[in-house]
Amino acid sequence: MAAGRAGAAPGLTGKLARLLRDPFTVAGLTIYAVLIIVAVFADQLMTHDPGEILFRANGRVASNQPPSAAYLLGTTNLGRDVYSQLIGGSRIALVVGFTAAICVAAFGTLIGLLAGYFGGKLDAILMRLADLALAIPFLPFAIVLAGFSRSSTTNVIVAVVLLLWPNTARVIRAQVLTVKERAYVEAARVTGASDARILFVHVAPNILPLTFLYGSVAIGWAILTEAAVSFVGFGDAKNISWGYMLQDAFVSQALSRGSWHWFVPPGLCIILVVIAGFFIARGAEDVLFPKLRS
Amino acid sequence: MSYLLQRLAHSLVLLWAVVTILFLMFRLMPGNPMAAYISEALNDEQQQLIMAQFGLDRPLHEQYLLYVWNLAQGNLGTSFFRREPVWSIILSALPNTLILTMTGLVLAYAFGILAGAWLATKRGTLAEGILVPMALATRAAPEFWLGMILLTVFAFSLGWLPAGGANSAGMFFDSELHRIFSRDFLLHLILPAVTLALYLQGLPLLLMRSTMLEVLHDEFVTMARIKGLSEWRITLHHAARNALLPVVTAFALGLGATLGGNVVVETVFSWPGLGRLLVTAVSQSDYPLAQGAFFVIAVVLIVLNLVVDVLYGLLDPRVSHGRS
Repeated sequence: MAAGRAGAAPGLTGKLARLLRDPFTVAGLTIYAVLIIVAVFADQLMTHDPGEILFRANGRVASNQPPSAAYLLGTTNLGRDVYSQLIGGSRIALVVGFTAAICVAAFGTLIGLLAGYFGGKLDAILMRLADLALAIPFLPFAIVLAGFSRSSTTNVIVAVVLLLWPNTARVIRAQVLTVKERAYVEAARVTGASDARILFVHVAPNILPLTFLYGSVAIGWAILTEAAVSFVGFGDAKNISWGYMLQDAFVSQALSRGSWHWFVPPGLCIILVVIAGFFIARGAEDVLFPKLRS
Repeated sequence: MSYLLQRLAHSLVLLWAVVTILFLMFRLMPGNPMAAYISEALNDEQQQLIMAQFGLDRPLHEQYLLYVWNLAQGNLGTSFFRREPVWSIILSALPNTLILTMTGLVLAYAFGILAGAWLATKRGTLAEGILVPMALATRAAPEFWLGMILLTVFAFSLGWLPAGGANSAGMFFDSELHRIFSRDFLLHLILPAVTLALYLQGLPLLLMRSTMLEVLHDEFVTMARIKGLSEWRITLHHAARNALLPVVTAFALGLGATLGGNVVVETVFSWPGLGRLLVTAVSQSDYPLAQGAFFVIAVVLIVLNLVVDVLYGLLDPRVSHGRS
């Protein structure tokens, strides 16, 4: 029944409607929507300044407080509000995740288009580059890049983009190889359309859904990478990310003190955002590329 | 044979490219490596030694040739911080990392394959509704966070297992083998290995489940069912064997991510392996050690991929070797 209706409404709107009926996709999109809303209204949602050291009424530092009405998720060992840090962390997750994903998707798509369309030497060179990028240990590379230079959030994004584009590029290239043999591409060529026009007007629009698919997975990878780099101590101390919170908790003996309220929430937030990417990719694969799953 | 040589040549080219990137990465980094070497901690003689060893006063292309030449001879230099040969520091960390990685991988794939095969027969049940999202969630979780949770529960709250390191302080062993097979070492291994396995099992589980679901509809399974074989026998002997190949491929592809991802697990559990060595070296601006650790991680990765590639070709004759 559902397939019949979708068949009657072909094209992107039909596919979009089917996407929105997939529970996984809806769950993923909802998580992203919440993340964006929280990040945008972070200033209103925070109860304290995430970096501020808080004091109790008796003038002592409010360190290691359990969750309460005043401190929704308690405080850190230096008297900072965990809840406010968590809210603030959503901004960094959003910036890191989306910037990296957009760059990975754009870069990977462009290379995949060029390699697939022109073939030959260019293809060979670009695909060998892809092999090389995949041969470099991912996390160590990000750590070295972030650790040896200072403004690290940017470097994490650079590392993610440098090593993650091949996955996208390979799939896009494969797709271009089939699309460029289609009749309408041939027709465009016969009418004398330039390579650039064929590539960007006729081929690229057919690849776009794949670009979004890989982009949505890249969001999760970027956030996980940022968290890992921050955790081993090469995060940007000015940006209190979820990874940074976990590192702070770890080195401050929050584990042996059993401060669950401190180190559990950031981990759960990371899981939610990363899993949203998986969900969307899963739903999109089913709907847009049923053949990919076989 | 020619396939083997071709793969070997490919790996060597890859290795050379990685080495070149490594060189450029460490040389062109903001902040001169010289700044770290020239320190009160080193006397003039040591400085001269290191400078001669690396030729840091020469132009970049000469430095590069010297660097490749040194590497080819197995000379990774001297650790700036520890003042020991990088090679011997790495050799003492390498077994710990390999044991941790292998234990984690074997646990993950043994569990993932069995659970995935079982889940494929439980389509639409409550078990599926709970376990599939759980598998996705462990894949989405930062591995170091999983480690932190396990550490808090089993080491700090329950006190069942040691909280970090690979051996208790003050333990001495006759040999490396004695150390690795000691009860003490195994107790220390449990938490990091389980963390790694927990993180890794999602992929084989989900993959096994989906390929099983496809295979279970194949004709030979129907045939087995007509023959009246038990469901369990059909699942294990007929379907699972045929569903395994994609999982083997994933295992091979996962090696790299695992070895690299170890860095954070080793940090959580203070596990004295390569990853933790890399992190410490980077934080101490110990360029030779960081470079050496990265190099060895990359080499292990390339070698493992080569081995898996070749084995895979032997196991599955359908893999085309391009013998044209």
